[in-house]
Amino acid sequence: MNLTLQIWRQNGPNDAGRMVEYKVSDISEHMSFLEMMDVLNEELVAKGDDPVAFDHDCREGICGMCSMFINGEAHGPDRGVTTCQLHMRMFNDGDTIYIEPFRAKAFPVIKDLIVDRSSFDRIQHAGGYVSVNTSGNTQDANSLPVPKADADKAFDAATCIGCGACVATCKNSSAMLFVGAKVSQYALLPQGKVEAVERVKNMVHQMDLEGFGNCTNTGACEIECPKGISLSNIARMNREFFVSALAGE
Amino acid sequence: MSTLDAKIPEGPIDKKWTNHKNKINLVNPANKRLIDVIVVGTGLAGGSAAATLAELGYNVKAFAYQDSPRRAHSIAAQGGINAAKNYQGDGDSTYRLFYDTVKGGDYRSREANVYRLAEVSANIIDQCVAQGVPFARDYGGLLDNRSFGGVLVSRTFYAKGQTGQQLLLGAYSAMNRQIARGKIKMYNRHEMLDVVVVDGKARGIIARNLVTGEIERHSAHAVVIASGGYGNVYFLSTNAMGSNASAAWKIHKKGAYFANPCYTQIHPTCIPRSGDYQSKLTLMSESLRNDGRIWVPKNMDDVLAIREGRKKPTDLSEEERDYYLERRYPAFGNLVPRDVASRAAKERCDAGYGVNETGEAVYLDFKSAIERYGKEQAQIHGISNPSKEQILEMGEKVVENKYGNLFQMYEKIVDENPYKTPMKIYPATHYTMGGIWVDYNLMTTIPGCYAIGEANFSDHGANRLGASALMQGLADGYFVLPYTIGDYLSHDIRTGAIPTNTPEFDEAEKAVKDRINFFINNNGTKTVDHFHKRLGKVMWDKVGMARNAQGLNEAMAEIKAIREEFWKDVKVPGKADELNPELEKAGRVADFLELGELFARDALQREESCGGHFREESVELDGEQKGEAKRNDTDFAFVAAWEYKGEPADAVLHKENLEFKDIELKQRSYK
Repeated sequence: MNLTLQIWRQNGPNDAGRMVEYKVSDISEHMSFLEMMDVLNEELVAKGDDPVAFDHDCREGICGMCSMFINGEAHGPDRGVTTCQLHMRMFNDGDTIYIEPFRAKAFPVIKDLIVDRSSFDRIQHAGGYVSVNTSGNTQDANSLPVPKADADKAFDAATCIGCGACVATCKNSSAMLFVGAKVSQYALLPQGKVEAVERVKNMVHQMDLEGFGNCTNTGACEIECPKGISLSNIARMNREFFVSALAGE
Repeated sequence: MSTLDAKIPEGPIDKKWTNHKNKINLVNPANKRLIDVIVVGTGLAGGSAAATLAELGYNVKAFAYQDSPRRAHSIAAQGGINAAKNYQGDGDSTYRLFYDTVKGGDYRSREANVYRLAEVSANIIDQCVAQGVPFARDYGGLLDNRSFGGVLVSRTFYAKGQTGQQLLLGAYSAMNRQIARGKIKMYNRHEMLDVVVVDGKARGIIARNLVTGEIERHSAHAVVIASGGYGNVYFLSTNAMGSNASAAWKIHKKGAYFANPCYTQIHPTCIPRSGDYQSKLTLMSESLRNDGRIWVPKNMDDVLAIREGRKKPTDLSEEERDYYLERRYPAFGNLVPRDVASRAAKERCDAGYGVNETGEAVYLDFKSAIERYGKEQAQIHGISNPSKEQILEMGEKVVENKYGNLFQMYEKIVDENPYKTPMKIYPATHYTMGGIWVDYNLMTTIPGCYAIGEANFSDHGANRLGASALMQGLADGYFVLPYTIGDYLSHDIRTGAIPTNTPEFDEAEKAVKDRINFFINNNGTKTVDHFHKRLGKVMWDKVGMARNAQGLNEAMAEIKAIREEFWKDVKVPGKADELNPELEKAGRVADFLELGELFARDALQREESCGGHFREESVELDGEQKGEAKRNDTDFAFVAAWEYKGEPADAVLHKENLEFKDIELKQRSYK
């Protein structure tokens, strides 16, 4: 198929940026979206033009690196996939496709479609861990049974890939789905309970410092999340946060 | 040619590690604060090492080319992690894990290292659970296990199809705690471009800030390379797009020997390629072989009918299917090791039985498992006369719980529903057992330079068993390196900070800058990917699943020619001092073009078939094992460690002889 691409080009954080039109032809429906972008970039390089910069790595939907806002949706029109797993069969011959970076105050553009998501890392530094050293003599893994339902829910929360689709989607640029998922994972497991009160306070505080907005329960993040992280994680984080406030001295 | 000293401790195999730990030098906590360690790569090995070294008190500088340590490609590991816990009471033990790993590696790994790996494996699970890694559990709340290829016990711990993700996020969380304390300084979007050697010791690196293009000097008392494997030398592999061999290759060029480059794992169950535009291949976890059965049609008529769309695989009766793994290997069936399963798929496809348009695909079928689980569920729920639909529905639910994300991934890529029709799969490059040569302490032949995880060579021999990569990465990073590096660093407590304004740093930085400027100013006519694809095709056709002397000689000549053309005609757009992905790729492909030739040379030298290395000239000609790989222990029971001498063809071979004192060397049989 033949397509028209409208792509956000921005040379650096201080460049104003603009949409630029490109044409690609003979695109196979079996290609992934990023393979279509590879075709474009090979053509641009051959012509001596600057290829479109975009983040990508594993190309199997798990590293969380790819981050395109396609036709107004994070990771494009398909559900439950990242951009690298989006396939061209979702589009039709003659389509015009709009491709932009994940936009948020806390995700400044580095170049073209690449944004800086280090704010996510800093939220994790604030408490996304259990304080246990590598000693080689922690207690036996089976000495503390975990109800299967809790373990499964913790796992579901922990499958967040940290891509930032939730933030890009949210009209408030809220990171509460991301933070709620990490808080939930630990809150549901006995290993995480010891530090639960401090963790939620510190992570929420850092989230606010980074300039993410608040949650107004539209639920758009859950729909656009490539890993189906549930909105209930935000509710759990709010409960944990209230508990931590009550536990405060 | 010389022989290499692996520094294996004395004593019985089950006491070596304990004795060694008791004897090596320690660094007192106050002195650790005076010592800097660089860790390159933040996957399972690098992440766990960085976190543990920082916990111990060293000042760690960690480097990742991605925007966050959480994105290293360990994250994509699906199926699980082995540990000799014997929670299932099925006869597992440290010895059995040791034995399975040595046998699975076709007797080409170092016994002492493998025993240590098996010994610390149980600690890894305890550690990860304590960190809050949500492993799969049974209804009693205890940890669940599954089976992987090449073994007869259930020792694989897992978190659905995202075990690597959960373990990496565990290591990442441990890093985050140390980053918050200031004990790890994290350098995201940085790529190491050379190691700096001062007075014969590794004392730092030259790195490029991938956002600004700035070339930086970083010094330390020791350098740890945890940069993963070199599977992308094939262009198409299950590795991430950015996975590269450059860190490993740079230290090789500065004196670290490169061991067994020809030992590469071609994984049997990957989604077949669909066209020339393909950028990477996607793995379908080996865990699927617990429940999936691999087959091709028995009759050529059916093969053609399926290819032409006249028949569907589900139309074929049981009698019309050839479950070739179950037929050839009745004892292990669909759970033979990866190298065996891959060659068997190639054998059927070469014979013309491949089931897609290109003739390069076999079926992985879950129908039997879905029915079996469905009947089991009916029994559990007390449904006495379940309908066929009920059985399928309940069975599919069970399969979804076990492998849901893998099935979804398959459906999104191929656009077929694997619950209803069998998956199509074909082997693809997945993992490299070869790598930087290290001694028992994981130190390379450059003093103070260590290699851990997939980047080193020591534990998997000529073939890695499933679910052992995660085990090795975390064993090296959490439990081995943090001890052994102390022995070396104990001599550095009075050294003080390593200055970066020295001639050695000047020289290394200049070489890095010269190379970058060369690329930018070369103004050639062909893109980096053009050369990478050509290299990949030579590698796959002539240094792939089956190799012979003629093909390997041709491959060496062809790779050399591609390399020469690359340097003349490669085109890199943009500037040096900006974010420039094409420039990054150019540097990596330049290194692959050297490594590929050494790879072929190593394969040529090894005139035997072992594990993932299959030489067509070395095959069993008769008896029960007819047609199987033939190893030659008399002449080739050694590690081939190559010393860099300029052109890959001039590399000098050093041998480490492998001694098997605790396991009898014998033909590997899975019949």
